[in-house]
Amino acid sequence: MNSGPVTAADLRAKREGLPESERAADSGRIRARFDRLKREGRGGLVTFISAGDPDAETSARILAGLPQAGADIIEIGMPFTDPMADGPAIQASSQRALKNGITLKKTLAMVEAFRRQDQETPIVLMGYYNPIYSFGVPRFLEEAKRAGVDGLIVVDLPPEEDEELCIPALKAGVNFIRLATPTTDDKRLPAVLANTSGFVYYVSIAGITGTRSARDQDITAAIERLRRHTALPIAVGFGIKTAEHAAKVASAADAAVVGSALVDTVAAHLDSDGRAKPDCADAVLKLVGELAAGVRGSVKGGTA
Amino acid sequence: MASDDATAVERPNTYRSGPDEFGHFGIYGGRFVAETLMPLILEVEQAYAEAKADPAFKREINYYAKHYIGRPSPLYYAERLSEALGGAKIYLKRDELNHTGAHKINNTLGQILLAKRMGKRRIIAETGAGQHGVATATVCARFNLPCVVYMGETDMARQAPNVFRMKLLGAEVVPVKSGTGTLKDAMNEALRDWVANVEDTFYIIGTAAGPHPYPAMVRDFQSVIGEEVRWQMQEAEGRLPDTLVACIGGGSNAIGLFHPFLDDTNVRMIGVEAAGHGIDSGEHAASLNGGRPGVLHGNRTYLLQTDDGQIVDAYSISAGLDYPGIGPEHSWLHDTGRVDYASVTDEEALDAFQFLTRLEGIIPALEPSHALAHVRKVAPELPRDHLLVMNLCGRGDKDVAAVAEQLGVKL
Repeated sequence: MNSGPVTAADLRAKREGLPESERAADSGRIRARFDRLKREGRGGLVTFISAGDPDAETSARILAGLPQAGADIIEIGMPFTDPMADGPAIQASSQRALKNGITLKKTLAMVEAFRRQDQETPIVLMGYYNPIYSFGVPRFLEEAKRAGVDGLIVVDLPPEEDEELCIPALKAGVNFIRLATPTTDDKRLPAVLANTSGFVYYVSIAGITGTRSARDQDITAAIERLRRHTALPIAVGFGIKTAEHAAKVASAADAAVVGSALVDTVAAHLDSDGRAKPDCADAVLKLVGELAAGVRGSVKGGTA
Repeated sequence: MASDDATAVERPNTYRSGPDEFGHFGIYGGRFVAETLMPLILEVEQAYAEAKADPAFKREINYYAKHYIGRPSPLYYAERLSEALGGAKIYLKRDELNHTGAHKINNTLGQILLAKRMGKRRIIAETGAGQHGVATATVCARFNLPCVVYMGETDMARQAPNVFRMKLLGAEVVPVKSGTGTLKDAMNEALRDWVANVEDTFYIIGTAAGPHPYPAMVRDFQSVIGEEVRWQMQEAEGRLPDTLVACIGGGSNAIGLFHPFLDDTNVRMIGVEAAGHGIDSGEHAASLNGGRPGVLHGNRTYLLQTDDGQIVDAYSISAGLDYPGIGPEHSWLHDTGRVDYASVTDEEALDAFQFLTRLEGIIPALEPSHALAHVRKVAPELPRDHLLVMNLCGRGDKDVAAVAEQLGVKL
């Protein structure tokens, strides 16, 4: 764990990847989902919402409705006071959730409740390291796995810090989904991919969430480059806001991630006191439905 | 958990060899940044290692340190202060006499020379009170690079003269509305800018914190303070000092004074944190005395945080100490017990501010007023031949209006 000295085995696992024999079996949900997408010949839709945004009840309603609305994989943000890689939309959404009392414990409870009604849709928790570190890594992994979490995306844990959470997660059978970015060059890519599991999340711009969008040809070129290095499915995110754009990206990659557009929809359906209006959850799910229809209309193997 | 191991930290053979190749001081430090920044962080690390080994880089820094900053700063025997306290012989390291009035420029000079060396074309910085922003804007003017300074909206209102200074120097000052509009939010925003402009931008971090190599690099640039004290005290007294005292926000002036003496085991060191309205009040900026280890802004260190790992805003009368974290090397020095960390309230600092002004004719900044308040507590108990050095890291002109308000004086 993080307080002990870095051992030679740790270093090897960081550089070359943790050996298969030391990885525990994962839930299999992420693999099963991408296999199904392949059979259906389409790209997937990954949706991001912040846990507890704008309040626990509305957030739980949105989460419960996502599979039906067409989300193939669900990312749940673990709100943090200082989200340094996020743009204004997700910052505001984290603050709304924190103000209304979200905690990591409650986020895990949300996943647990969701799992009682849905055993198939993969759930990936996304956030920053400090709340997890504060919770305690072994306890977090144990409770996340028990709740039915399939993977983790932790923005401020690059491969250089793999011994913190990534390697313990793989040993516990929880996927660790790494971000690759336009600044991750060919020299660095193998180290980034060595301990990535589940899928690769390609951040299509050098920048923060929900701001500008990448050019189609840049995304296509980036996906080709990633495919030369990995057989894992590739999801592309940052700056994808419309059904049309999601469809294009999903057909070139294996999935498109939409986040800021969804939390913006939450923000647009609050009353003057910041409370959810009655149609808040439905508005978010309606947008997910439109995005899903776009993705389902896409033909696999296209260019972005 | 890390905090449980605090008492188990072994005493090392040297306190001066850190960080290791991963940027760790014990369990502290590291590189907790988004992947987008990671290649650039590695580039900065390599460029700094090369610059450090290059005598020409050292010569360049020394030249500007002497002719532009005005180094060495005096080590001044504060005779009346020593008499008034009736104990230790007190010396003040006069870093408030530097160009721009604080120690901050030691660091911004070093970093901008590195940025030039790396061919970067744009500088960004964060600032709380505005001192680091002014020091950055100053070197950007001198070395002709565009400068963007992120500053919390709340802080901009509190520090209007410094905002104007930065603008006069040609910097763009961007108000940060996110979060609580203070230093930590300004740092988040600077990191967001950097992520979006990795190709041409260099981020000049203001304190000995952030992802590796920043804590080590800032410490190295600030160590000129302690290195000067070493030979100046030899000249004045023919021996090393007995006690060193410095205030701590992020901790750059303190680490700069302490680091050259860390292996001189007879030299006692005390870092002084800002206790604001008191540690028990919850309104303070004392990360070591009132926080616990966590990860923020690229490094593991002591942080003010809730039970759920959310960052809590710091509070101090001194905007320069108003940060919920501390440099990772201090966290390690705290756990190993090599340095003692005390804390001082707003009220004690305000008293000390006036005390020094009257006794020595030196108006200190509110930041070193915290160090002085602690000196007032310990010096009387020490023998007359005890040599105590306090880092007077900034001048108080910037604080005159705030102090007047506190004292109920209308200007």
